This record gives sequence, structure tokens and C-alpha cells, in this order.
Amino acid sequence: MSVKEENKNPAETAVKEKKQVAAKLIPVYIMGKRYEVPEGLTIMKAMEYAGYKFVRGCGCRGGTCGACGTVYRKPGDYKLQVALACQKTVEPDMYMAQIPFFPVNRAQYEFADLTSAPEEVFKLYPELFRCVACNACTKACPQGVEVMDAIAALKQGNIAEAARLSFDCIQCGLCASRCFGELAQYHMIQLARRIYGAKILPRAEHLAEMVGTINEGRYDQILEELKHVKEDELKKLYQEREAEPMVAGEDWKPKDTRYL
Amino acid sequence: MSYLGYPDFFEPYIKKVEQNRPARVDKRRKGEEFPFMSLEERQEILKHHPDYKEEGKREIKVGPNKGYRIAHEFVDLLEAKSKVDPDKVDLTRADYGTDVLVIGGGGAATIAALIAEENGAQVIVATKLRHGDANTMMAEGGIQAASKGEKDSPYYHYLDVMGGGHFKNDPEIVATFVKQAPDALRWLENLGVMFSKFPDGRLDAMHGGGTCRKRMHYCADLSGLEIMRTVRDEARNRANIKVLEFSPAVELILNEYGQCAGALLYNMETEEYIVVRAKAVVLATGGAGRLHIQGFITTNHYGATADGIVLGYRAGVPLAFMHTVQYHPTGVIFPEQIEGWLITERFRSEGADILNVHGEKFVNEREPRDVESARFIKECLDGKGVPTPTGKVGIWLDSPMLDILHGEGRVRTAFVGKWKVYNRLGIDISKAPMLVYPTLHYQNGGLKDDDECKTTVPGLYVAGEVTGGLHGENRLMGNSLMDIVVFGRIAGKNAAIFAREKAKEGKLTLEHVKRYHKELEEAGIITDRVAPMLLPDYTRPEVKEKQLTASYLGTWR
Repeated sequence: MSVKEENKNPAETAVKEKKQVAAKLIPVYIMGKRYEVPEGLTIMKAMEYAGYKFVRGCGCRGGTCGACGTVYRKPGDYKLQVALACQKTVEPDMYMAQIPFFPVNRAQYEFADLTSAPEEVFKLYPELFRCVACNACTKACPQGVEVMDAIAALKQGNIAEAARLSFDCIQCGLCASRCFGELAQYHMIQLARRIYGAKILPRAEHLAEMVGTINEGRYDQILEELKHVKEDELKKLYQEREAEPMVAGEDWKPKDTRYL
Repeated sequence: MSYLGYPDFFEPYIKKVEQNRPARVDKRRKGEEFPFMSLEERQEILKHHPDYKEEGKREIKVGPNKGYRIAHEFVDLLEAKSKVDPDKVDLTRADYGTDVLVIGGGGAATIAALIAEENGAQVIVATKLRHGDANTMMAEGGIQAASKGEKDSPYYHYLDVMGGGHFKNDPEIVATFVKQAPDALRWLENLGVMFSKFPDGRLDAMHGGGTCRKRMHYCADLSGLEIMRTVRDEARNRANIKVLEFSPAVELILNEYGQCAGALLYNMETEEYIVVRAKAVVLATGGAGRLHIQGFITTNHYGATADGIVLGYRAGVPLAFMHTVQYHPTGVIFPEQIEGWLITERFRSEGADILNVHGEKFVNEREPRDVESARFIKECLDGKGVPTPTGKVGIWLDSPMLDILHGEGRVRTAFVGKWKVYNRLGIDISKAPMLVYPTLHYQNGGLKDDDECKTTVPGLYVAGEVTGGLHGENRLMGNSLMDIVVFGRIAGKNAAIFAREKAKEGKLTLEHVKRYHKELEEAGIITDRVAPMLLPDYTRPEVKEKQLTASYLGTWR
């Protein structure tokens, strides 16, 4: 269905996922079943190479959506490891299985009614205190988030610290899948981040001011005129517009203030 | 064995970059920039852009835009039959009934659902993958809004949007966009989105390609992830929003009055087709990177297969600006494991140089995306790209400059997502540059609508990447995240109002699909293609040959 073309640039011709790889084949065990796949592929591409078509367990294919949480074990090692299938490269004799869904508890809340008091989180997630600080969650995190530390901060009532520590969380759920205390860490720290963003971090006053200015109608006429300006005139305005320099500091002010 | 984590092969090339780095940093500090192109020079360079390759396109033979030349990959989907025989569907018995049906699982869809619910509607959201697995989640750079009145205003934002889009954008849509953007940002702040801020609460902001003021706000380098997980979390708090995952829409359903009155969904796991009756529909299915137009690699998520374009077009909604597709200048071309992966424009916004094989600058790093991409492609065609051991060619993005310019640790803290992934592959991007090449990134055009998100079909609203008009022929960085918020909100509100005030109870119909099939036949298109595609096909031919008892319908077994 795609168009075959002879391009000078090889990068343009390779639809990566369809390209055959002439690499050495290595054995892997997908849910215990042996397949031979080219080395250097990610777990996701190795499974597709073997013949799997994903419906679940595949999302952004770029390590940010958390859809492809995977557990694996290497031969002779007792240790269960975790990864995102789209990020981890296969290794010989790896045993692997995806966890596309994991049932956990998530509290319902009226966000507008919450305050920044730590008790709000305790009330919604009393199981927070079932955490025994075993650190399995941190070890399970493919993002390298210090999950246990974030949970510890929440227990101590330090919502800001929990929010900052957990900022890279992609909510794959692997932490919850390994939790001895049966916490859904990723929902708890999501709540922490929202409280921090809306109710602890200082608000952007300049933004509120701009919204007020717009609502008063300051720009209505300018925009109305711009909509009807001819293309040539618009191009002129575009090219003449004053540019804030790359190196300008926060205190930079334009010379032309007519349209502010 | 390796040099800074790259194979030895790259050592001489990386050394050239390192040799002149101090001098380039010096120029940066003095504010000396590589000159921007004039509008005429831009036009000349754009001839190297994939959009300008006539052999990559053909005319559509059917539908409201008959005769319009767009990429073969889009035409293939538009000149295809429905996945299901419309006569087989029992429309007299709906499996679900609701006020507003939202189709899509990303930012625009979720935000539309929230606002529809706030306007009193019962909402069903039908998603193809998990709720939130969408391009929104992957957006890194930031979100534009003129938030600082002492130096910026919607006037300047308007000019930037128009200039980026080659002055072809829909003026009404752009005006509404720039005016609503600050309020949309405020709404996100209220929901708890953790924007990067100064200690006093002022929003951090930077330039993006084609901006005249620093108005790109951001949440470290995970802006889209932070926005998506926050709005999704909020949707999960609302009892009147029901989400049906892994159930993409395969057709819109109209009623006897010509209003959009629901959709036919496909449960991808049980293979059932499901009828949803609704009083209004929001279509927000996103983009099309997984069509791999002209064979390009893509930054897009697994489900970006242009489904909404197919559904809307069959129901009679015209297309706008589908002749242009955005190639992001900086996708990873090496190492292979992350090929196609997006490197945010913010590296360039913060001062990382773009360099050819000789370690020389050849373009200002903040040209609009189409110009920047075309210039990269030309440099490589001229033989000045950096070769790779995998037989490709790329351009350097000199990330280590940022640690020198902004203090050690800048790359690691401001680009933590990128740093971690490269680090896993043995490359420290605060020490070694990144090798990039343009990658298929964004569908500039889409279904035609207006600044109220209305389409030609009453009761059908659209929002986000599936639409065409706001970005004209080329989108600027930071305007897609704002697009989904501004127009997600407008679509949600208007759909709820339509459901309450204008929707009529009437017989459901798929007659438009039958008419479309007839039109295909009359145009002489005999094909076994089916659309929407839903998911791309990455099964190897060697595997398919052995699937002796399987038959394929499009990309599906």
C-alpha cells in the first residue's frame, strides 16, 4: 500500500518497522515459547518479528506512554527484571511477558474541593501506610523514579517533594505490580503532583492578568483588523515584527508597544 | 570500541564537532546568530521538502474534495471500502446511548469530554488503545500562549501562527486560538499541571521555531505527558464520563435528519461491532504518522492511522490543508533502537547548534519546521550529511553546548527524558552530540471546520490534529498542545449544547456509507482495500506466507 520509490537518501526509503535486519539471530522465550529473533531489536520489535500483532501492550513506541510494561528474567538469574518493551533490547535466552493491564485501586475526588493539607491524601489513600519501605517499587521503575522515596515523602506529608520526585512517572503500573503493601503508587503520586501544581506552587499572576485583559476586550479590534488584512500587508507586518533576542533575559521589553 | 558511546566509526566526525565547539559557544554568548532566510530563500529551499514531490501524490477520485492532490497513502485510505457491510449492522438496537460521544483517546478528546460533562452531558469516550496512549502524551517541547503582557500579546502570536503556516491559515480559527490560549493555559494550571516556573510563579518561557516572543511554556521536557496524565486523571474523577477502551470507531452514524447521531465501534478484542447512539459527536482521533508517508520514519504513536479523516470524509466533511504534512527536523537517525524518535525543538531553542559533517553551521536552528527540515534534506543531498554505519545519513545536533552555555547539568535536568534514554544506550548527550534527520511528525491538515469546531455535518464537532485550518500549511512548535486545549474545550462545549438544544430523535442510518461505496464503484475504483486502518501492519511477509488459514482484511487478520 505504500509507494515504492528510489530515493537518493537511504534514510527516506527505510520504513524501519518493515525492514528486515540481517543481524545474527538469538533465541528468546516469549511467554516461555522459544523464538529466534535478530539481536539489537527491542522486545517490542522482536515480538513483532516473531509474528505477534499488538492490540494491547503497545502505545507510543517511544518510552513515554507506559503501555508496554514487561517483566523478564535472564537464564541462571533468580531476579525478576522489568522494562518497557519499546525501550529494552532483547538478550539471548531472555524469558519475557508483558503486563498490559494491572487492576489497582484509584480514589475518586472533587479536585476543586481539595486543599494542600497532607491529610487529604491520607484520607483518600489510607493504604499509603501499608508501605513497608521494601523499595521493590523503585527497583521496578523503568523510568528510574525513586518511587519509594516519593511515597515516603507523602507519608511525611511532604506533597511538594513527592511531586518533584515523581515527575518522570509514565504510569505503567509496574511499581504497583511488585508492591508488597498493595499500593497503587502511580495514582497516589499523580494526586500529589496535581495538588502541588495547583495549590502549592505559586500561581502565574501575569497569566491571570493577561486573561483579564483579553476578557476586557483589549485585543478584539486589533485581531478583527488582522483577520481582514491582505496577504501582502500581513507578510509585511510579519517581517517587520520585532524579535525578542535568544539571549534576552526575563526583563526584556520591546520598543514597539502599540500592540501590547 | 566506542567514542563517547558511539561506535568508533563516528570518532573523526565527532572530533570535528568538538574542535570548533568553543568558538561556536563564544558566538552564542555574544548573541551572534546564523542569518535567518528571507521569505524568498525559504520558498527556494522548500522545493526539497517531501510535500513538494509531485510523484508522492495523486488526485482523489471521490468525495467532497474530488480532484484534490494529496499523498498516495491518504488517497489509498479514502479510496477504500468500509470495514463492515453497512447492511449487516442492526441500527435499531443501540448497545449504548449517550448525550455526547467523543471518539479518540488523546488530549483533544479527553478535554472535550471534560467540558461536555461540565456542560451537563453524559459522555462516552471511545478509544482505540488505552485512554491516553496518543501523540499528546509524546509531545515534549511545550505549549504556546501570549501570557506576558509587558512584551507579548495575541497580536504577535497571530502573526507567528500565520507566518509559520505560509499565511494560508484560516484567520477566524487563528484569531480565536490566540485569544483563548492564555485562558486555556490558566485552566490547565487550575487542574494542577506542573508548569516549569520561576520561584515567584512566573512561567518559564522560551522561543520555538518561528516565534518572535518567548511564549513557549513547558513542563521540563515532558509537557505532553504532564498535560495528558493530568486531564486523564480528572476524567477518571467524573462519574458521567464513561471510557470504552480498545473500541475504535469504524463509521460515523447519522440520523434521518442528516445529523451525526453516533458511531459504529469495533471491539478489537472480541471482534464485535457496537452501535453507540449519541445526540452529538466529537471526533478527535489525531494524526497519521503510522501511514509512513513516502516511506519516512515517524515519531507518532502506534494508533496514528488517520481514522478520523476516513470517517469524516465518508460522512461528507471536506478536507483542508491535507496537501502538507509536517516532518520534524530532528528525529533520531542513529542509534537504531530509537530511530524516528523525536528530539524536542527545545534543544535548539536553548542554543544547541545544527552542524553538517564538517562540523559547520549551515542554517539558523529556529527556522519554521518545514524550512528547517527541507534545509537538512538539501544538506544531505549535497553530500554534507554525516554517514552512519547503518547506511543512513544525518545531521548533528550539538547538545553538549547547553551544559557550557547554561551550566553543567543543564542537559541532564532540563532534558531528563532524553538523557535517560540515551544513557541506557551508553551515550551521555551532555558530552556527545545527537545524530538526527527529519521524521514524519504531524498532520498539518485534516477535516475542515470553523472556530466553533463545527463541520458540514450538524452535530459533528472536531478538534485537534484531525482538523485542518489553524496551522495552515505548517504548524509551529507549541501550537499543537495549545490547539487540543483551546479547541478541545470549544468542541466539548458546543457538542453538549447541540445535544441539549438541537439534536432530534430519529432513525439511525449508514446510508452515507452505501452512497460512498457506490461513488467508488462509479469512479471505477475496484479495490479490496478497507479503511480505517486502525493499526499499522508490521507483520513480516515471511510470517504471513505461513499463516495458511488466515485471511487479511486490510491490516487485520
